[in-house]
Amino acid sequence: MDLVQLQRQLVDYRTSLYHEGFLDEQFTQLQELQDENNPDFVVEVVSLYFEDSERLLNELSKALEQQIIDFKRIDAHVHQLKGSSSSIGAQRVQKLCIVFRNYCEAQNVEGCLKCLQQVKHEYSIVKTKLESMFQLERQILNAGGSVPV
Amino acid sequence: MAAQGRHGGKKSNKMTALVVDDNTVNRMIHHRLLDNLGIENVAVVNGKEAVDIHCSGKTFDLILMDMDMPVMNGIEATRQLREMGIRSMIAGVSTRSMEREIREFIEAGLDDYQEKPLTMSKLISIIHKING
Repeated sequence: MDLVQLQRQLVDYRTSLYHEGFLDEQFTQLQELQDENNPDFVVEVVSLYFEDSERLLNELSKALEQQIIDFKRIDAHVHQLKGSSSSIGAQRVQKLCIVFRNYCEAQNVEGCLKCLQQVKHEYSIVKTKLESMFQLERQILNAGGSVPV
Repeated sequence: MAAQGRHGGKKSNKMTALVVDDNTVNRMIHHRLLDNLGIENVAVVNGKEAVDIHCSGKTFDLILMDMDMPVMNGIEATRQLREMGIRSMIAGVSTRSMEREIREFIEAGLDDYQEKPLTMSKLISIIHKING
């Protein structure tokens, strides 16, 4: 695939992520913070988001396996995940976190378990999509082109 | 953005800020936002650390204060900082949407409140309030 086709593919892919609600305006804000002095900012902050989210999802799984469920602790983890998802523009994950917190407040174990599965699912989708997008960007840069804004 | 007259022996005219947030992703983003505006900044992870850093003698032109944090939350930290006589601009940044909760945060001593996520334009509007 030539450079122009790659660039077009990236723009289309990125647009689709917004249209399908995977990303929101906040992701655009992150891109605007990237410049020549900080050329890898978006990848860095998204990588941090992945690390942090995976840690939180593990904690949530463990917490929901306990004999006595600590809903306060679970809520605190979901609050963190909601916060970071919102900050990078991962809209679908953020919205599910809101639902998750409602189940925590209601101390509904079944609801929490179901929500956790949904959050894990949505998270893995957005992670895959962002990684694909970053890969396209790398291909463009390797081909000597610049990443279209 | 000179901070003249605020920092006696300080050589630099650069504005300074303290980020108070327990979320690693938010701290990274807030740091970048401030850096891009040429604002020297430091981050701590909860309200108690924010109070402690002031007890050690440091002051800042701007404090970006998250509300929900472990150990000491933003409301309590703001209250304590004001009781200590800290007159810096304190901008509360939170995802809370209930009016009552926001009001409590503001009444603790905030100069401004912005809903998260923080964007460049929200940060600029906070800074304009410092410079009057």
